[in-house]
Amino acid sequence: MSGCSDCASCNSAAVVEFPGSLAALKTVAVIGPPNSGKTTLFNRLTGLRQKVANFPGVTVEQHTGIATLPDGRTVQLIDLPGVYSLSPRSEDEQVAYDVLTGQRSDTPKPEAVLLVLDSTNMGRHLMLAAPILSLGLPTLVILNMADDLRSRGGRVDLEKLAAELGAPVALVSARRGQGVEKVFDFLAGAMAKPSPRELPILQDVPKCRAWAGHVGSQASYRAPAPPKWTRRLDAVFLHPVGGPLLFLAVVIAIFQTIFTVAEPSQTAVDWVIGHIGNWIASALPAGLFKSLVIDGIFKGVGSVIVFLPQILLLFLFIGILEDSGYLARAALIADRTMAKVGLQGKSFIPLLSAYACAVPAIMSTRTIENKRDRIATILIAPFMTCSARFPVYLLIIAAFIPNRPLVGRFLSMGAAAMLGLYILGFLVAVITARVLKSSILKSGRTPFLLEMPSYRWPTFTSLGLRLLDRGKVFLVRAGTIILLVSVLLWGALNLPYTNGHPPEIANSLAGTIGRTIEPAIKPLGFNWKIGIGLITAVFSRETIIATLGTIYGMDPEANKGGLQAAIHHDLTPGGAFALLVFFAFAMQCISTIAVVRRETGGWKWPILQFSYMTVLAYVGAFAAFHLIH
Amino acid sequence: MQLSVNCDFPEKLPVSLVDLRQGDVAILDGIDLPTEDARRLMELGFLPGMQITAGRSAPGGDPRVFQVDGSEIALRRETARRLKVRGQKTAKLDVKPRV
Repeated sequence: MSGCSDCASCNSAAVVEFPGSLAALKTVAVIGPPNSGKTTLFNRLTGLRQKVANFPGVTVEQHTGIATLPDGRTVQLIDLPGVYSLSPRSEDEQVAYDVLTGQRSDTPKPEAVLLVLDSTNMGRHLMLAAPILSLGLPTLVILNMADDLRSRGGRVDLEKLAAELGAPVALVSARRGQGVEKVFDFLAGAMAKPSPRELPILQDVPKCRAWAGHVGSQASYRAPAPPKWTRRLDAVFLHPVGGPLLFLAVVIAIFQTIFTVAEPSQTAVDWVIGHIGNWIASALPAGLFKSLVIDGIFKGVGSVIVFLPQILLLFLFIGILEDSGYLARAALIADRTMAKVGLQGKSFIPLLSAYACAVPAIMSTRTIENKRDRIATILIAPFMTCSARFPVYLLIIAAFIPNRPLVGRFLSMGAAAMLGLYILGFLVAVITARVLKSSILKSGRTPFLLEMPSYRWPTFTSLGLRLLDRGKVFLVRAGTIILLVSVLLWGALNLPYTNGHPPEIANSLAGTIGRTIEPAIKPLGFNWKIGIGLITAVFSRETIIATLGTIYGMDPEANKGGLQAAIHHDLTPGGAFALLVFFAFAMQCISTIAVVRRETGGWKWPILQFSYMTVLAYVGAFAAFHLIH
Repeated sequence: MQLSVNCDFPEKLPVSLVDLRQGDVAILDGIDLPTEDARRLMELGFLPGMQITAGRSAPGGDPRVFQVDGSEIALRRETARRLKVRGQKTAKLDVKPRV
């Protein structure tokens, strides 16, 4: 901020407003390079007592947790992003540097540091010790993955290493919990400032590496043998022919599972929400308040929560892929294809997930370090045909396209139309990516780097904590915006309230809005009823079905044919085509908007994205209507 | 065709990482990239003087994994081309019988 690195003398940063109970806590930062097992250790130390937020103003996530020491005292841990160095160039490094030097007003300056390094790759990982030790904060150097080091025949003299670094050293296996008690000892004990024998010039990478090598050899470090199993597995997974085939098999297996499991689990969640709703409804007196609670808040939030099983399932798969180490291999295989549209291999799995739901897709773009590639991936993800579009497509296609065979028995006209819509979304995504990557999100020449971690078995704890974490982020962060929009939409559908009764939907505020915007949507072939449907579809796309059902007085569940006939009556074929195109392009999903806002750290990108997609949807629908008209 | 590569010809010596095939070993000489990008690569172990082994690759040979300083890092062709190597050590290639 003011350029001071020592914040003891810097008043502005030293004044940290923090709740009283936390102020008494000792705060300790956890830092380490990517793939050092830092998060595994953080999970091991804090368990379920974790909080996740975004550092304000940046896209970096802030994980804090409470570790309980054996004597009952507690310590607050801050899990900093994985970094290779502290020279603040990337956003991650900037945040790590600012937190460690006490320059972020939203985070207390840590009193000590847990530096997590991969013991099987100590030579390179020790390079990070130089800038960390030079901060002068009490530091415990944690050599993680001790089990791997031993089984692959590596060794290190901890006492000599501690003497060389002037800081305590612990050899642990965070996955197995071995040696973690030494970390607790450090957190509980008196912490001394480190006094390393010598430190290199931090700006000089070769000197830092030479220093790390020297320290390692002083500590009789013997690097372990190459990971035998990783090489063997790579011979299969990165086989020129077998690799891509296995990759395809993995992708198909994931999708097969999501589509077979998501449907019944969605029905189950729907059932539970419905029953809780009925139960609350029976406890409330009839009237405006009851309607607000049940029809507004409960149904609105419920229509979003039904997607939770599918979202969690996707996170489970992404978690398994990432923790096992396969994600990096998948990214490697997909890189060349993705590079053709200006993206990179790591964009592939998120974009693939977007075919189920854009929410987990956008949240999983965190693995993409390059910010521009990440934003570009976020911006095109909602073009992938998500599962909420499917029922809408199905309804309109069934109403307008005769189910006649097109290519023998294999492809009916309906299926061909559906396939066409999938391809349409994909093509627009590709074009958008190209445009973005050659204009506002041009990457320059930043080289693409992809570290291949060793293969590891994912652990249940880490997968479970990840699901909990992502589920919480979705419900809490997206939930607030979803709640707000739910109440607003309820107001639109239920006001003006006359004589204790909500108005007919045609006379409601939404109906008025629908009629008001009718001139604007007439060129697309839509009447005011479809207009209302488009407004309520902002909840999530499939809500339009329920809305149209209400408007036409048909229960879409009981009378599918009736709703189809009603829509057929109200839309010309051109209008139906326009409606399909509109749904393919428009960003009608508050969850996605909320998640984009969270992941990009502001309203700029979601507003841009929403505007772009809406304009595209309008123009596309206009063209579609006039093409067939 | 490539089986007959004779390493005695100077023009056949690898100039950059792109010229390495799976199993080839070379010593990194320099990085022909802007300082910031070179730094990032050096932090990952691509330091002049380091021994680099070419590993497996995506189909088509791009990107390719390189084993360096205890890690495995994949680089695209366009980047690998900028990492110059000292050519004297195209070793290992035909040590093992081809299967």
